[in-house]
Amino acid sequence: MNFKHKYFFLFPGLFVLIGILIFPIIFVVRLSLSGWNSYNPGLDYIGLENYIRLFTDDPRFWESFFRLSFLSVTTVILQYVIGFALAHMVWKDIKFKRFFRVLFLVPMMTTPVIMTVIWRTFFHESLGPVNDMLSVFGVAPKWLTDPVIAKFTVIIVEVWQWTPFMFLLLLAGLLSLPKEPFLAAAIDGASPVRKFIYVTFPLMAPISIGAIIIRLIEASKIMDTVYVLTSGGPGTSTETSSFYIFIKGLREFQMGYAASMSFTYLIIMIISLTIIAKVLTKLLLKE
Amino acid sequence: MNKLYIFLKYFFIVVWTVFVVAPFLWALTTSFKDFQSVNGGVTYIPWVDFEPNLEGWKVLIKSPAKGGVDIVEPYFNSLFVTCTASLISIILGTLSAYALSRYTFKAGFVKNNDITFFFISQRIMPPIVLSIPFFLFLSSINLLDSLTGLIVVYIVLLMPIAVWIMVDFFNKVPREIDETALIDGCNPYQAFLKVVLPNSIPGLIVAGMFCIIFGWIDFFFAFILTFTEVQLLPVKIVALNSSVTPWWSLSASALVSVAPLIIVAFIVERYLSKGNLSGAIK
Repeated sequence: MNFKHKYFFLFPGLFVLIGILIFPIIFVVRLSLSGWNSYNPGLDYIGLENYIRLFTDDPRFWESFFRLSFLSVTTVILQYVIGFALAHMVWKDIKFKRFFRVLFLVPMMTTPVIMTVIWRTFFHESLGPVNDMLSVFGVAPKWLTDPVIAKFTVIIVEVWQWTPFMFLLLLAGLLSLPKEPFLAAAIDGASPVRKFIYVTFPLMAPISIGAIIIRLIEASKIMDTVYVLTSGGPGTSTETSSFYIFIKGLREFQMGYAASMSFTYLIIMIISLTIIAKVLTKLLLKE
Repeated sequence: MNKLYIFLKYFFIVVWTVFVVAPFLWALTTSFKDFQSVNGGVTYIPWVDFEPNLEGWKVLIKSPAKGGVDIVEPYFNSLFVTCTASLISIILGTLSAYALSRYTFKAGFVKNNDITFFFISQRIMPPIVLSIPFFLFLSSINLLDSLTGLIVVYIVLLMPIAVWIMVDFFNKVPREIDETALIDGCNPYQAFLKVVLPNSIPGLIVAGMFCIIFGWIDFFFAFILTFTEVQLLPVKIVALNSSVTPWWSLSASALVSVAPLIIVAFIVERYLSKGNLSGAIK
């Protein structure tokens, strides 16, 4: 094949992407070394001061980071279990198979913030249907204003929103599996449970890893849901890293400091996702 | 044993269906309520619990001067930005994906897989990391609060998705197709346009659907990079939430914004059942 043509195919996309991205990334690094804030907007040079402040004097950032880890890991595990169960159920013939497939996909097509606005009214403490129904049992959880329960409200909304994506990836995987192993299992007379443990699950392992990583990447960005649902509150109990950086950078205009946080956050994300990918591959692909 | 399994299966499906449908039903009934039936206690069934009216739907098309919320303009802004950014991303992404699938690249230690990974890895980038430089950059070239600025940003969000799906798709299109075309006297561009592309329509549709989904549902960049001149739908609707919270128009506008993508759900399911999505995640 001719060697010159290949660059004409590759370069437009590659250069547009690099062109749009390279400036912001370099700029974030440079900005993180400056004291840019609303009184003093400008790219002066203050060395590593922002990073020293971040690592020694800002527990709120690290708390928000651990909260984010908790929220994203919990939601992704729930999404994986529920998504796998749903995909497995509509994989083989059941009544109205295609109806359920479409229905289970619908939530991921809806705009998270807009649905969150609806969820806010849904979980409203005195005027929402959830507490109205729960009042039969004489309980009225403070879905949005209790520091502990608010976290679970965020998890519920995230699970509703993004389980369909997991479902989609896993169902696509199930549909692409070869038929032979299942025939062999049927001839051996394996029970459904054994069939799942010894045939379906191992065959799905590579797809599972892919799906979990993809979802973890997306879940680590949780921010709009939190912004609309609780605005990080009550107090800071549902604040995630992105949201905290947003407050510092684009509400208080401490651009320099926010840049140092976002660069640190990006590096942590890349490292931890790489580690998780390695660990998952080891756990699920034993043989 | 088997009966128990089937019972549990249908039980679970029903519970999940209720969970999925509940917020939509709630929004639908709420959109027909008035002030009294929202604030006077929880009401569910129209005509029984409350007297339905169309006020929530009517204000959507009224201009703000008459006390309406006018979501028509944000609606078209959203459509325009999503479609333009998706189209550009698909064109550029497909070209790059074709190159990565058919030719070998080598620059030092960088090989095809590394370039593919570079494209896809842009999804790892948290939006907040890009938002601060984009905010300052767009304001310095006067593109803050404009549609063009948003489209540029959305290309970064969407092109990785297009490349990701198309590389896998092209890998499944047999190479013999292009080779035959080349032997028949096409140049590489003709081979790509006349032979490979027509065979890749399912992949293009799936990639397009995903770009549209992820463009349409974005809130964050629209929220940070636009203010008053240009408003996208999600930003407009969330802004409704912050003021007096008229639940009825809120619900109506939410339903209107969600509606077009339900069609996308049908298309995605169709291609899913045909097995066209299977390669994308390995």
